[in-house]
Amino acid sequence: MGYFLQQLINGVTLGMIYGLVAIGYTMVYGILGMINFAHGEIYMIGAFISILGFILVGLAGITAVPLALIIVLTATMIFTAAYGWSVERVAYRPLRQAPRLAPLISAIGMSIFLQNYVQLSQGAQVKTLPPFIEGGVVLLRDADFAVRISYVQLLIWLLTLVLMAGFAWIIGRTALGRAQRACAEDRVMASLVGINVDRTISLTFVLGAALAAVAGTMVTLYYGVVDFFIGFLAGIKAFTAAVLGGIGSLPGAMLGGLILGLVEAFWSAYFTTEYKDVAAFTILVLVLIFRPTGLLGRPEVEKV
Amino acid sequence: MSFSHRPINPADLFKDAALAALMALILALPLIGFRSVAEGGQLALTTRFDWVGIGVAGVFLGRLVLVYASSFWPPSGANFALAEAVREGMSRYVMALAGMGLLLALLLPFLPFSSRYVIDVATGLLIYIMLGWGLNIVVGLAGLLDLGYVAFYAMGAYSYALLALQFDLSFWICLPLAGLFAGLLGIVLGFPVLRLRGDYLAIVTLGFGEIIRIILLNWYEITGGPDGLSGIPRPSFFGLPFKPTTGEHEISAFHQAFGLEFSGLHRVIFLYYLILCLALITNFFTLRLRKLPLGRAWEALREDEIASRSLGINPRNTKLTAFGIGATFGGLAGAFFATRQGFISPESFTFVESATILAIVVLGGMGSQIGVVVAAALLILLPEFGRELEEFRMLVFGAAMVLIMAWRPRGLLANREPTLRLHRRDRRGGEPR
Repeated sequence: MGYFLQQLINGVTLGMIYGLVAIGYTMVYGILGMINFAHGEIYMIGAFISILGFILVGLAGITAVPLALIIVLTATMIFTAAYGWSVERVAYRPLRQAPRLAPLISAIGMSIFLQNYVQLSQGAQVKTLPPFIEGGVVLLRDADFAVRISYVQLLIWLLTLVLMAGFAWIIGRTALGRAQRACAEDRVMASLVGINVDRTISLTFVLGAALAAVAGTMVTLYYGVVDFFIGFLAGIKAFTAAVLGGIGSLPGAMLGGLILGLVEAFWSAYFTTEYKDVAAFTILVLVLIFRPTGLLGRPEVEKV
Repeated sequence: MSFSHRPINPADLFKDAALAALMALILALPLIGFRSVAEGGQLALTTRFDWVGIGVAGVFLGRLVLVYASSFWPPSGANFALAEAVREGMSRYVMALAGMGLLLALLLPFLPFSSRYVIDVATGLLIYIMLGWGLNIVVGLAGLLDLGYVAFYAMGAYSYALLALQFDLSFWICLPLAGLFAGLLGIVLGFPVLRLRGDYLAIVTLGFGEIIRIILLNWYEITGGPDGLSGIPRPSFFGLPFKPTTGEHEISAFHQAFGLEFSGLHRVIFLYYLILCLALITNFFTLRLRKLPLGRAWEALREDEIASRSLGINPRNTKLTAFGIGATFGGLAGAFFATRQGFISPESFTFVESATILAIVVLGGMGSQIGVVVAAALLILLPEFGRELEEFRMLVFGAAMVLIMAWRPRGLLANREPTLRLHRRDRRGGEPR
């Protein structure tokens, strides 16, 4: 029981990180109808920038944890968002009218480029950051097993919930959110009623990148280990999460992320660690075969 | 064709360049300006602000020149006409070009400038051309976006290696078996997923590609895990091995049968012709299939699935044949790869391989057989020439993919247009659904 609870906590934490990245995929897919393959790399760049941020904060002598965290998070979000914006501007905007496969190839190229760019600029070695937030709370003491939630996990849960609430507000209540929903519905029509489609798409990429930056920072804090290759697998899994929840749906992305995180945690705990990625993909295949619209997605009407 | 000069306000020009430079500064400042280095268990920082300065200045000047130069470029209409003229010219001479290319390929090992290195590079290139042609059946003809093609390549390579190592079968028996296994894998994987739409299919095939790689990596008893399989037997010339044997009376090696001095080059040349043959078979097969009802059905499905279904084409079976045949050729290429390298490991079958093969097909212009050759030459030889750049070559590779797509979104040699078109292409999606 204790072991189960512990895995539940770990799984939810992992799932929230996947969910944050998945939102970036689902938003872009909703509006542009394309897989933003470079999004995983944006998350990786976020993780790297946050490492630099933590070191700089340490050098500047800021020891108060909340203050340091706010500074690093803000800086990471700003700089990573700049990358998200640039990726869209360079790799996708020129291909707005192109055949469907062209942006996908361009995205894969961008992903390879960013991966090697970070490898060259930051080095190929694994970066290990000493734990920044230590300690935790013991929730339950079972016979000889203590169920523990660490402060980092609590922080991830809290931050994700706050961001999700903020995001729901942006999408549901603000002018930007309305513009986004209009673009997702019909881009041509949206531009006819005076929505600046290019600007909306750019801002979508900026928002998605900012969330990925938070996920990257959290991963740095949670695992303390980052290398230039983490973006690829995280990207695929986050996309899996987005598809699982129903692509285009924001609550779906979070739900998909949570399910995926739980499956991975329990699979690693009760079966084998080696095949946990296989489990994730198997779920993806099963969902797509039996419920192609995902769990919360809208059914797509096939038109002639 | 008129090259009209549209004057630009210098103030706007500088503002534009300054904005680009500012963006470059924001991008470069964290990741290039600082670098974290491990120092005694801790992470320390080194700074490289000079690089940032050079980069930002470069972007400023580059943007300035680009925007200024673009004012001299013909408007996009004329550009289109130019591209059209080039395409017209290309299609007129395409057969002549293909013939010359084939002649060059046939004679390559005997040309004066050919060295072992040149033949090796050409062999590597031909593997990718064959893979490109194989994937072209799936992506170009049937319009199924497959991001996990490397799974079939891996299947072929491991089938060949295991059959040859465990059962001691000769290359010429293993080769068709490897193709068969890969084709079967294609059908088994394809069966449940082929009713999915474009992007979903892409992500599922990507997932399958990764699953196969993870299995190869972890099934230690059979595949050797990350160590891979080594000592894979080399092919023989119809039973005559390429070995430096010196038997006096009986003929037991290739060089004796032909009365030649032994040379390691013989095998290299033999492998080159082998892959050339395999690639040409792939090409010939595809070209003929295209004219069969099956090939027509593929193209019909690619253009409009609902219309072809209403005409009595069974979409699942038709797609499965495309998937299976494409996978078979991938498997054959994989078997060749295994026998050429003599060593295989999951390292060789990563997603980047799938992406490279797909990029070859799309950059070449989907469905164009010559386009595959051109794109493969570009993508495979570019990193080869860039050997001095070493660590920068993948960076350049990625950037080249982005730039070529921006320049020619339909591929270098665009796809044959259908002879009849009832309605215009869907504006938003580009391709008809």
